[in-house]
Amino acid sequence: MPAFPKKWLLVVIALAVLVPLLHPLFPDTVSDYRLFLVSTMIIAAIAVLGLNLLTGFNGQISLGHGAFYAVGAYTAAVLMDHLDVPYWATVPAAAVVCFIVGYLFGLPALKLEGHYLALATFALALAVPQILKYKWLEGLTGGVQGIVLNKPEVPFGLPLSEDQWLYYYCLIVMLVLFWAANNMLNSRSGRAMMAIRDYKIAADTMGIDTALYKTVTFGISAAYTGIAGALSASAIAFVAPDSFNIFLSIKFLIGLVVGGVGSLVGSVVGGIFYVLVDNSAQAISLFVKNDLGLQFDLSAYTIFGILLIVLMYLMPMGIVGGAYLALRRLRRG
Amino acid sequence: MKTNRRTFVTGVSAAAVFSGSKVAFAQKKYDDGATDKEIKIGNTNPYSGPASAYGVIGKTIEAYWKSVNEAGGINGRMVNFITLDDGYSPPKTVEVVRQLVEQEKVLCVFQTLGTPTNTAIHKYMNQKKVPQLFVATGASKWGNPKEFPWTMGFQPDYHTEAVIYAKHMLANVKDAKIAVLMQNDDYGKDYYEGLRDGLGKDVGRIVKQVSYETTDPTVDSQIIQLKDSGANTFFNIAIPKFAAQAIRKAADIGWKPAHYLNNVSSSVASTIKPAGFENSQGILTAQYLMDPTDKQWDDNADMKMWRAWMAKSNPLANLTDASNVYAHAVSFLMHETLKKCGDNLTRENVMKQAANHQKLRVPLLLPGITVSTSPTDFYPVQAVQLSRFKGETWDLFGDVLHAESS
Repeated sequence: MPAFPKKWLLVVIALAVLVPLLHPLFPDTVSDYRLFLVSTMIIAAIAVLGLNLLTGFNGQISLGHGAFYAVGAYTAAVLMDHLDVPYWATVPAAAVVCFIVGYLFGLPALKLEGHYLALATFALALAVPQILKYKWLEGLTGGVQGIVLNKPEVPFGLPLSEDQWLYYYCLIVMLVLFWAANNMLNSRSGRAMMAIRDYKIAADTMGIDTALYKTVTFGISAAYTGIAGALSASAIAFVAPDSFNIFLSIKFLIGLVVGGVGSLVGSVVGGIFYVLVDNSAQAISLFVKNDLGLQFDLSAYTIFGILLIVLMYLMPMGIVGGAYLALRRLRRG
Repeated sequence: MKTNRRTFVTGVSAAAVFSGSKVAFAQKKYDDGATDKEIKIGNTNPYSGPASAYGVIGKTIEAYWKSVNEAGGINGRMVNFITLDDGYSPPKTVEVVRQLVEQEKVLCVFQTLGTPTNTAIHKYMNQKKVPQLFVATGASKWGNPKEFPWTMGFQPDYHTEAVIYAKHMLANVKDAKIAVLMQNDDYGKDYYEGLRDGLGKDVGRIVKQVSYETTDPTVDSQIIQLKDSGANTFFNIAIPKFAAQAIRKAADIGWKPAHYLNNVSSSVASTIKPAGFENSQGILTAQYLMDPTDKQWDDNADMKMWRAWMAKSNPLANLTDASNVYAHAVSFLMHETLKKCGDNLTRENVMKQAANHQKLRVPLLLPGITVSTSPTDFYPVQAVQLSRFKGETWDLFGDVLHAESS
């Protein structure tokens, strides 16, 4: 898939930076709540990117990235709550912890391929909420009650609201992470990662240390998702084991497939998609019932499911892949 | 219904005296979410996800406000009840509650359901100074007006209930040796702490305590352990599914302790029937609401009113589900609170009126139980009556018990 044109990228970034500043002009359109929603989209995009690095670019399937998200969130929460570490320092800390956890998990995972790896990661996602509730860890994790945190304060006396600052903070972290991912993928290591995905035996023959690359990719992928978890702990200002159930992992996977496997832009689209659809599914179901007057009591998840099926049918390569194909067909026609 | 009208009149005149003393008798005061025509109330409920069985509460509350609006609203204002699905997931609750407060600009949120979910928004609501009223959870932390003046519970808190059981055990079970099954979360811990506090110096009577996770398939092995401890008293702190398993397993292995079942699982339809009537004889629990399956209420005015209301305004709902009784009772309390606010619909006044009920008779609460709150007492319902399972329904006995929780 071709890279996103640089010109457009700069326009999007400029818009992302400037739009929140329009708050005094359009207080209802550019509200704090909307910014908060966009922040959660950014966080989701980072998490999906983490999974994309592993699945999309390295060909290893994970159904358990919610676990790394949880580890990142709890690392941040425990550091802030017990050690009074400032929120911005928790992001690198979460990255390091999650890298180590991901790397270690990647070692035995080397022996597992395809479906077996998917199952192993699935087990991890199921286990993490239980581990967080474990008696011996309760002093640290707060058990089922979880940990209530403070929202990040605006630094340097900037004239921003808490949510505006949170938004910029998430945006900066996302830009740095995407820039890093882009550089890595366009380097020798990135090509090695993709070579392993495409044909492992050939990659082996070319002299690529596949074991090393696969475990390190696992670590990096976990670190990315862990950073998203740490950001979410700051944004939601609360962590509890119930927040990290198996559904979360599935959502990342949905975001990945819907956005576009093996595409950086796809990760962003995927992150936006799942927050947006998650939020509007209930609105649609109410709309069907109240405004169209149909007596279907459709649950929000039914709507979500129908949307997914339709989307997968129309755009089997995800939104970004579908848009790209459509563009190409237009040009040819 | 007589009492109702009388209490209502008292309430209104009290409100009149209140506002009258402040010169501004007819002056209208509004915060976000209130206008001359409308009062906006927000709510979250798990319509999807693992706790979606509780979703009926949200639907019944919605039906309640609809019927209020059809009868002319509250002091001429229509209630706009906005209920959103949070799937029982705390981060989702934060998101939708922020939507309710910042986007929809509701006057208050009401009956947000769940202990972890309410914990996630506890601080936020109090920072924003938006009332978080009559939350649907019995944890004792919701009645802390000093630190959290914008949050109030509704049902008797778990701690109080357990203290009552503890006192009953000490008074009635000879040489009690107590075994406890508890859910491993703060709901279970609240009950357990209450039991320990209630036993006081006799806390050594607890001979065994085991816990389960909501993800466990059964509690069979836990029950066997409890029997082996030689206990003659069993405190069953479990939600309906597991409580039913515990009752059945205890009967299967021939363990016949004095059995105390937490109110959370007192529903005949969802706990006792699956456990088997023959296995449930003599089980004790504490109740504060009329059970819709209890025949003794058939001629009761409250129950008749509720049945008529259900038939007219909520026809699709289950008439044997105690959740529908609960939803009606708690909505009535919110209704009374808003009525008392009169034309002063500020968030401050909503909290003030919520903390200003004196012996309010809420229909469907057991006879003798009333709602009293004050600026230092944020526990609306604080009395229960013990009942014993007999035949196919609960049999209330003894007096209504009041306990002040710490």
